[in-house]
Amino acid sequence: MKNYLDFEKPIAELQRKMDELQRHREAHGIEISLDKEIRQIKKKISEERRRIFSDLTPWQRVQLARHPKRPYTLDYIRTVFSDFAELHGDRLYGNDQAMVGGFAKIGDQKVVVLGTQKGRDTKENIRRNFGSAHPEGYRKALRLMRLADKFSLPIITLIDTAGAYPGIAAEERHIAEAIAVNLREMILMEVPIIAMVIGEGGSGGALGVGVADRVLILENAYYSVISPEGCAAILWKDRSAAPKAAEALKITARDLLELSLVDEIIPEPLGGAHNDVEVTAATVKERLLANLKELTAVGTKERLEQRYRKYRAHGRFQEGQPVAA
Amino acid sequence: MATSSFTKKTLGVEANDSGKARSADSGQPAFPKKPKITPSKAKRREIPEGLWTKCPKCSLMLYDKELDENLKVCKQCSHHFPIGARERIHSLVETCSFEEMDAEMTSVDALKFTGASSYASKLDAYRKNTSLKDAVITGIGKINSIRVALGVMDFQFLGGSMGSVVGEKLTRLIETGTAKELPVVIISCSGGARMYEGMLSLMQMAKTCAALAYHGRSRLPFISVLTHPTTAGVMASFATIGDLIIAEPAAMIGFAGPRVIKDTTQSELPPGFQTAEFLRDRGLIDAIVSRKEMKGRLTSYLEFMTEGRTARHA
Repeated sequence: MKNYLDFEKPIAELQRKMDELQRHREAHGIEISLDKEIRQIKKKISEERRRIFSDLTPWQRVQLARHPKRPYTLDYIRTVFSDFAELHGDRLYGNDQAMVGGFAKIGDQKVVVLGTQKGRDTKENIRRNFGSAHPEGYRKALRLMRLADKFSLPIITLIDTAGAYPGIAAEERHIAEAIAVNLREMILMEVPIIAMVIGEGGSGGALGVGVADRVLILENAYYSVISPEGCAAILWKDRSAAPKAAEALKITARDLLELSLVDEIIPEPLGGAHNDVEVTAATVKERLLANLKELTAVGTKERLEQRYRKYRAHGRFQEGQPVAA
Repeated sequence: MATSSFTKKTLGVEANDSGKARSADSGQPAFPKKPKITPSKAKRREIPEGLWTKCPKCSLMLYDKELDENLKVCKQCSHHFPIGARERIHSLVETCSFEEMDAEMTSVDALKFTGASSYASKLDAYRKNTSLKDAVITGIGKINSIRVALGVMDFQFLGGSMGSVVGEKLTRLIETGTAKELPVVIISCSGGARMYEGMLSLMQMAKTCAALAYHGRSRLPFISVLTHPTTAGVMASFATIGDLIIAEPAAMIGFAGPRVIKDTTQSELPPGFQTAEFLRDRGLIDAIVSRKEMKGRLTSYLEFMTEGRTARHA
């Protein structure tokens, strides 16, 4: 069963019609007359899909980024990487299953891959805490990155989280500190780092594994300082103003590229990454390998300087007096 | 609000320094300070003498002048009232030793953010009402005999939120600290990243931490002082990577807002949750230091943290 979003309703409707026709054909064994109809509907579906997806609003992209069928971190690890050897725990407190990682190969290149992991169903979501990591998740990520740094393995991080977990235990174990330490340490890692936002880039929780030489983002992923709902609640005093907030916050891949806050957009198949996971994975793999190749060609010292300069350049301000309104 | 009547102690150096330092590159006409000084003085005279403030904790009526002299700390129960950035700098550095950096840097509405009200109009209003340019003041000054790169946030300006200006000013401060081999002290009070600048704000977290990474690598000390309130994006960046993390008593300190936590977890928050004391007991904060002792304690810490370095260099 496919999950359709609100704005995909016309497609869902056509799909339903086609399914009906097919069922009808199977039930009655009539062949010739319906084939033409089915072809027509198929054509209509792809037209409709092209129409809808050529002009998505930021809020529609947020919904795609959160789509229940969207490939998650482990899906990419399975399809893009090989020989994944998961490593567990932060050696301090526990093993946060909202953050996964370990050794893996991409092509012939050995790397450390890690990322936030959502659950596919309720049971898994409870185990994965809906993809929102606790401090031990960020500390596990740091431990794996230090391992990578020590043994000269490039680091690839995959980001898909609504945010770091806002809970009592997370505060008691200093989630803010766990994220901040990662921000400081990731800038100093001597191996190449690529971060890729594959779904939701939820604020500090995303940035906590997001400092990198290259930041890639999937076409329908978003990356934001605050969730559109959270922003809407504060500024519009109404969570249902989230579509407006999504617009104002400039959180889509295209917006972020324009602001030079990401380095590259990875295109998704029509209808979103989940519509053709194989094609998505192939594109992702190709782009990761291309970026890795470029990064490994640069000397360590220069790469670290470039990484620093990249973050150093983020921000828009004015040196003198404000321009009169 | 009675507590905003503290402008009596303006920093003597501000008028000399910032004007002198910035006139060259900002391309402003001469006397850039003049129009600002006149209205602020006039405003000050309007405040009647002999104003009293009620302590929200112990309900004692406090004479404003006395409260100011006591660094905005209640003389009976030691409740720490909010204090402005300039006043705090005045309480820490030696007279005339503070050279402010980037005093004229201002925020721009890079996203053309329009919500219930526009970011541009908000900035205008806060600049007018607070006599601040943004939510942090940075500069080099002497705490007793120790020269430090000092950054002080001000909650009055848009909740002390960190946008591009706060991030850039702090990063320049830290970089200057690294270049001049100075300790960095940052006194935080902030609601977090500034929503109106979207992802540009979030990246200030990475930027400031990057600068601190290299400052730390040079074995230079960084002391982070957390004051009421310090939360969210500021907590998840420079504020929690101090070699020392110090807090003022009873300051509210945390990552997520208490209401968000309550709504998410559907559970009651433990007593004293997200206070300085709570976090000291759970291992985040090195020491809780009252405002009146802050200067002395910072001096002492810095002496411990800089002497070895001098010896290594000798």
